[in-house]
This record gives sequence, structure tokens and C-alpha cells, in this order.
Amino acid sequence: MANRALGAPRLTGPQPVSEQAVTAGTRSEVQGLIHAGDSRRADAAFFYAMLACGFSVLAIVGLIVYELVTKSGLSWHAFGLKFFFRSEWDPVNDQYGALPFVYGTVVSSILALIIAVPLAIGVAVYITEMSPRWLRGALAFTTELLAAIPSVIYGLWAIFVLVPLLRQYVQPWLAKYLSWTGLFDGPPYGIGMLAAGIILAIMVVPIISSITREVMTAVPQQQREAVLALGATRWEMIRTGVLRNARAGIMGGVILGLGRALGETMAVTMVIGNRPEIARSLFAPGYTMASVIANEFSEATGDLYLSALVEVGLALFIVTIIVNILAQFLVWTVTRGTPARSHA
Amino acid sequence: MPETVMLPADFADAPISLWRRGLNFVVSVAAIGAVVLVLLPLGAVFGYLIYKGIGSINWAFLTQIPKPPGEAGGGMANAIAGSVYILMIASSMGVPLGIGAGIYLSEYGRGTRFGNLIRFTADVLNGVPSIIVGIVAYGLVVLSQGHFSALAGGVALAIMMVPTITRTTEEMLLLVPQAVREAAYGLGVSRWRTTLSITLRTATSGVITGVMLAFARVAGETAPLLFTAFGNQYWNWKMNQPTAALSLQIFTYAISPFDEWHRQAWAGALILIVLIVASVGAVRLVASRGMLKGAN
Repeated sequence: MANRALGAPRLTGPQPVSEQAVTAGTRSEVQGLIHAGDSRRADAAFFYAMLACGFSVLAIVGLIVYELVTKSGLSWHAFGLKFFFRSEWDPVNDQYGALPFVYGTVVSSILALIIAVPLAIGVAVYITEMSPRWLRGALAFTTELLAAIPSVIYGLWAIFVLVPLLRQYVQPWLAKYLSWTGLFDGPPYGIGMLAAGIILAIMVVPIISSITREVMTAVPQQQREAVLALGATRWEMIRTGVLRNARAGIMGGVILGLGRALGETMAVTMVIGNRPEIARSLFAPGYTMASVIANEFSEATGDLYLSALVEVGLALFIVTIIVNILAQFLVWTVTRGTPARSHA
Repeated sequence: MPETVMLPADFADAPISLWRRGLNFVVSVAAIGAVVLVLLPLGAVFGYLIYKGIGSINWAFLTQIPKPPGEAGGGMANAIAGSVYILMIASSMGVPLGIGAGIYLSEYGRGTRFGNLIRFTADVLNGVPSIIVGIVAYGLVVLSQGHFSALAGGVALAIMMVPTITRTTEEMLLLVPQAVREAAYGLGVSRWRTTLSITLRTATSGVITGVMLAFARVAGETAPLLFTAFGNQYWNWKMNQPTAALSLQIFTYAISPFDEWHRQAWAGALILIVLIVASVGAVRLVASRGMLKGAN
């Protein structure tokens, strides 16, 4: 049932688009990209080049593991696992034990977290739940700015501003009122574990608070409204509706901050005092795994000395990898299914 | 797993009790206090940088090389140039590798097991402490060359740039709609040309932002340079010789006992911050202009 209105059936099939149909500007742009002939070879070459780039990421991590494992072999054979439980570090007699460094790294990082976690969560709570909208972006940007300052500049600031402040005001006060704990004993040098913990705290706050913000914004708005509708105050809403739902992700952020604190080198090296001793007091100087490598690696003369330092590095590497993977997993459990990040 | 909200019984109390209102107030004050406490060091760091740094920056500081310890005068010209030099070496290796890996992840490795492995490895690499990267660059470059060198420093920083660039490039390319690629294929553009001239070009602004993030992150790095670039009191433009770097010089001067060097450390730190902020700002500006041109 042919409809005349449609006109005669087309017998010729689609007409080739004439040259003029494409406007001049578009044509020249596109023609630059089209080359006559087979592009299979070029495509394959490009694919393999990109594959090689992707593979290089694997290769880099492989090389890191290879370098650390082979170069630390000497020390591993000499001391075995006991390396991490011996506390003498004596390059003259070629006796090495990493316990003081492990202790310093763990204590300074935990101290940093104790200071940083409440602050970071407070900042995140304020930015996501309390601050007026116009302030939100500026505050988020400013806290993020803290993460952009290089470690060595934090160290410089700590040496000339933080340490004198601690020595003159904070440490005498702590010693006066809290010396019975045994944590705040001894002469107030300024430099020492406490200074390292504080500067680390300043450096990890932006990491923890940005992750906390991310997971808090991932909590559905209905949760907040539901709790408020039940008559909760704002704090009760934040606690039961938001923080409780985001706790795994917040934990992830805290652990990510821990990973950063464990591996942080320069600022800590500049203020911790660099003495391989284990002291109960936080006023006493200490040493961390990263700072012993930073200070002694380029001067390490003996093979065993160098190998011991690389073994410290290997241990640090393994710990930070585990910590980071754990953190990523925790953050992922909260943010999956929500759009990646919502900048407030 | 819809987690139900636990409902404390006291929610039901009709008028909000003084205790609950008080707690709410205390927590609000505490949150504001936390913000102030966190912004305080930020203000203090920048304040001191400007206060101590500005007075110490002069023509000699920008044009001369260091004087022997204790002697007044001298500057960090070689360290500023050295930092730029090492960063150029690092970028020339790290940027193409990172972008390439990002292209692989978004254009070829989407959802494949190998792609996931690379993505995971990049995240792992991102968390590796910088001092460890220094050890590896030492083993790879310094030991085989026989001495500390600018190249070794560049390799260390390049390794640190790769994961950031890879992940941001991937994310940015994934934002480009599939239809854009299909349109290009439909016109007969080959796949590699599509990727480079259409997909990557559309995402240029985001990719450059990622590159600058990585750049800013490594520009102030000191730990991986300690035993790779090593530092130098004199000019050096050879790839295989020890080279001064701004961050290294700041470190050396900060822990020295000389007031003159402390002063210069502050000046160096101010220059470093300005370099980082200026380079990031400039490129972002250019990138946003380029993006507008690409969109029209």
C-alpha cells in the first residue's frame, strides 16, 4: 500500500555526502585526524606503548621490593628477626638493632594521632554539618592547604617556632602538673618526642579531616532528616545519624593518617633529637626509622651498616603498605556506591 | 545493608532537656575550637615564612652561590636552579609514564584483571614513604653510576610523580563521554588518534591539574634527594654530578648552627613555597583557558 505522499521509492540508496556538505571549518579539523589506509599497525603500536607505561607502575613497585630485599640480605643473615628486638645501634662495632627506631616511630605516630584525630574530626564535623555554606569551600581549601606545605618547611618552622615555644611555656607547665605520669619528666629541651608528635599531628590533620569529610558527605541526607525528625539535637543527629554510619570510613582516614605519620621523614628528623634511646618521658629525644635512614644512609661506610639501614627501610615499607591497604579498604566500604567525591 | 539508626530513649523527652541542649552547645564550641586550632599553625607557618623570609631575600640571595660557613652573604642561586633542573628531569620521565599508564587504565584496562592490578599497585606506590623511594633510586642509579647525581634525584622524584598522575589521568579520561569517542570512530579516525587528539584533549584541563598536583607534591620533597642528588655548594649542570636543591639547602641550613644560614633557610623556604604556588597557579590558569578553547 504505497503512499503517494512519500513520493517515488528511492532506488539509488544513500547518496555519498558531497564535499560541500561538511562545513569548511569542521572538515579541515577532522581531515587532519583521518589518514587513508589501515591504522591497525599504529593502533597496535599505541596499545603496546600504553601497556608498557601501565606495566612500568608494576615494575617500579617490583624494583622497590627487589632492591630492599636484596640489599638488606646481609643484615637479615647476620641478625635474623632479632634485629627488631635489639636496642644497640653501634656502627663502630658493627652491631645493629632496630628497636629504638621502631619504638620512636610507633610512639611519635601514636602521639600524633592522639592529638590529630579529635581535631580532624572536629574540623570535618564543623565543615560538613555546621558551617554556613559560604564558609564551607574556603575552610575546606584552607585545611587542604596544610597538606601542600613541604615537610622540610614544617621542620624549619618547628625548629625555630614550635620548639622554643615548647621549651619555654608548654613543657615546664606539663612537668609541673603532669610529671607524676612519668611521661613528662626530665629537662625540657624542647626538641624530642613531644615536638615530633605535635609537628606530625599538624601534618596528618588535613589527611584525616579530608577523608572524614568525604565519608560524612557520603552518608545519605535522609539519615540526618530522620534523626532530626525524631527530636534529636544537632549533636545527637551528628553522633547517631552521621558519625555512626561513617565510622568505618573515618577509621580508614585515621589509618591513612597513621601511614603518613609512620613514613614522614624530614620534619621529624629535624625536631626529634636523633638519639637511639628508649625513654619513657616524651621530653626525651628519640629516633625514628625514617630519620635514621635520612641521617645515616649517605655516611654508612660498611656493607653491614648499609644493609641494616635498608632492612629498617624494608620494615617501614611493609608496615606502611599494610596500613595503606587497610585504610583504602575501610574508606571503600563507606564510599562505594556514592559519587566519588563531592567537594562541599 | 541499610543500617538502622539507634534511637536513644531520651530522644522522646518532649522538651529538650537542659543537659542535651548544653551538650549540643559544648560540642558546637568544641568543633569551632578544633577549626581554630588547626588554622592556627597554618597561619603561623605562613606568617613566619613571610615575616622571616621577605627580609632575607635580596639580589645576592637570588644570584650568588653559598659562601663558606659563617661568612655573611652568598645565596641559593645554584639551589634554585638545581631544583628546577631536577624537577625537569623528573617531569620528563614521570609525566609521560603517568599519563600513558592512565590512558591504559581508562581506555584499555577498564574492568580487566590486569587493569585492576595496575590501579591497585599505583595506589600502593602512592603510599610508599619518600625516603624508601630514595633508597631505591640510590640502588638503581647512584650505585651503577658510581656517584650521587641529578639524574638519581630526578628518577626518585619521577617515581613519586607516576602514581598521582596515573590515577588522576584515568579519572579524568573516564569523565569523557563514550559518545565522544564513538563520534570520532564514526568519522573514521583511528583509535590511537582518537585517544590522543579527542579523548585526552577533551580532558586536558583535568590531566594538567593532576600533573601539577604531582609536581607540587614532589617539588618540596627532601628525603628522596638526600642520597641521590645529595646537594652541591657550586653550580652544576651535568646529569651525572651531585646537584644542589632548594629543599636540601633549606634542610642543611636549618640544622646548622649559624644565624646567617638560618636566615637564608627562611628565605629559601619562602622561595620554595612561592615557586610551588606560582607554578601550580600559572598552569591551572593556562589549562582553564585551553579547556574553554577546546569546548567551543
